[in-house]
Amino acid sequence: MSQIIVRNLGKAYKRYPSKWSRLAEWIVPLSKDRHTLNWVLQDLNFTVNPGEAVGIIGVNGAGKSTLLKMISGTSQPTTGSVEMSGKVAALLELGIGFHPDFTGRQNAYMAGQLLGYSVDQITAMMPAIEEFAEIGEYIDQPVRFYSSGMQMRLAFSVATAERPDVLIVDEALSVGDTYFTHKCFDRIREFRKHGTTLLIVSHDKMAIQSICDRAILLNQGKVAIEGQPEMVMDYYNALLADRENQNVRQEITQSGKVKTTSGSGEATILDVALLNNEGKRIEVVQVAQEITLSTKVRCNQAIDELVLGYMFKDRLGLPVYGTNTFHLNKTLKNLAAGTEIEFNFRFIANFGPGTYSLALSLHASDNHIASNYEWRDHALVFTVINSKEHFEGVAWLPPTVEIK
Amino acid sequence: MLNNQSRSPGLFASIASLWQYRAFILGSTKREFQTKYKNSLLGFAWPIINPLALILVYALVFSKVMGARLPGAAGEGSSGLYSYSIYLCIGVIVWTLFSELTSRAQVAFLENANLLKKLNFPRLCLPVIVILNAGLNFIIIFSLFTLFLLVTDNFPGYCFFAVIPLLVILVAFSIGLGMTLGVLNVFFRDIGYFYSVALQFWFWLTPIVYSTNILPEKIRFLVSFNPLTNLLVAFQGIFVNHQMPDWSSLWFICVLAVLLNINGFRLFRKRSGEMVDLL
Repeated sequence: MSQIIVRNLGKAYKRYPSKWSRLAEWIVPLSKDRHTLNWVLQDLNFTVNPGEAVGIIGVNGAGKSTLLKMISGTSQPTTGSVEMSGKVAALLELGIGFHPDFTGRQNAYMAGQLLGYSVDQITAMMPAIEEFAEIGEYIDQPVRFYSSGMQMRLAFSVATAERPDVLIVDEALSVGDTYFTHKCFDRIREFRKHGTTLLIVSHDKMAIQSICDRAILLNQGKVAIEGQPEMVMDYYNALLADRENQNVRQEITQSGKVKTTSGSGEATILDVALLNNEGKRIEVVQVAQEITLSTKVRCNQAIDELVLGYMFKDRLGLPVYGTNTFHLNKTLKNLAAGTEIEFNFRFIANFGPGTYSLALSLHASDNHIASNYEWRDHALVFTVINSKEHFEGVAWLPPTVEIK
Repeated sequence: MLNNQSRSPGLFASIASLWQYRAFILGSTKREFQTKYKNSLLGFAWPIINPLALILVYALVFSKVMGARLPGAAGEGSSGLYSYSIYLCIGVIVWTLFSELTSRAQVAFLENANLLKKLNFPRLCLPVIVILNAGLNFIIIFSLFTLFLLVTDNFPGYCFFAVIPLLVILVAFSIGLGMTLGVLNVFFRDIGYFYSVALQFWFWLTPIVYSTNILPEKIRFLVSFNPLTNLLVAFQGIFVNHQMPDWSSLWFICVLAVLLNINGFRLFRKRSGEMVDLL
């Protein structure tokens, strides 16, 4: 059984004030250091127990990949140490060392040799590799003719041809189609059953929560929190929400999609959020979780009639569900200027897994055509993850089965 | 607290890990050789046609067309006829081995940046692959050259085997130099540019196309500081004059080879961690 023990691990890159100062530091005898250290990771202490699966999460630049590189041994730690035993397979990047002019088979041999296998061993593994990759006759075609997904299939098949004692995975599984991604995760689960220790880095909240026993959140080069994946995920969401509050504008440009806001402006939306039962803002919703859509609205002028409408859309922008306070018989009448109203819509999130956006509108009567105070697309974007049994589609419609 | 070198293995551990990765080393060598000619129609004919052309051109041009002769070459007749061609050939062949080894070794780490960053494998595999590849090219051209000597009745006889220790010295010197440059090149990219310039001067400061005894006294003094001079003289002695080398004249390059290898290996061990950060 193999565990990973990380002690006081830290990594700093040397930063020199000018191109020449490195040379000066090397050549001038007894001179003091001319570089400053730029710490990307500091004081990391954790243990991954034998057979355990640990996920590492964190925003871009938190140091996740640097940590994996140090654990897998490609990068040397500046302080501290990593202790690990057994056969280690690190999928830091799939398909490195592949040469486009050689066939898939030849590249598979090469990749295997890079992992320290002998030709005979690879020959013995080859049928299993071909079977798992499922790329058919392409195996004897030059890799140049491969799609990126096919390259990834082959690379993953080679890298995991033999069960390692420790498996380190860095986002490598994000390419490839859903079918193969599932196959990859099945294989990883299979390894875990036989005692493989797993360390996985992912932005994919679903992956972490569905496969890991424990999660570690890295923030600004340090372990922010470690524990149950769900708890860590909540903390991560809070961290993200916090960031949003500080830089609301940045979030708008980052979302990639154009956020349309239109309307006459008699009333405006001040704030919109999804809340869990504790009243905390969330970005990730579990299938069938009870949540509240909370919206604050202010009337800038006196308004005779106010209706708030909302619409959930899937990632393609297709409507999933929409309603408004007119249909809910909660139309507000005769509001004075300066009135602030909080709307709370409580419901069960019977969404299928995926990302969804929310559009909001403030208008009079049952639709926004007559008088449109404000219309806001992509007012909110959130992710739904599934921790229940697997299902397809955008709606959660759990049946009971009766078979006659 | 700081233990930068905690993971750099010692000499014996390095050799052991190289042995473990022998399949990778041989595979890469084979692949690098194949890559060059993979997309050509004649394929493996090219690595033979190229050096063959070189030998034939030198033999024809300098023996028949220019009638160049070397003063003090052994024998009369055919040996005298081809002496300058042979002189030039062995010089160029040995120089090519040297320049290929050093030039390839100095970019070995830079060119494989992606592998070094993403995979944990013994990094000393890379210089070994350089040696094997340069060695393979050398063996092809040297075999053709030997064939040429046999055909033209210029085979030097038993002193031919003195080539083996000479080659060992050359490879040791070259790889020591190449590794040192290779590590330095990661930190200071100027090294690579500088070396390709230096290599051109070095070629002309080495008796390859000329022989030292035609040089003026002052320049001969300069050329004698070149560690390669005596090594080339030794090679040329074997093939042109059919003489055993003057082993004692090679002490300088031997000492340099040992020092460069020790230095290169120490530099590599000390800096290999930092090197990956910079790639």
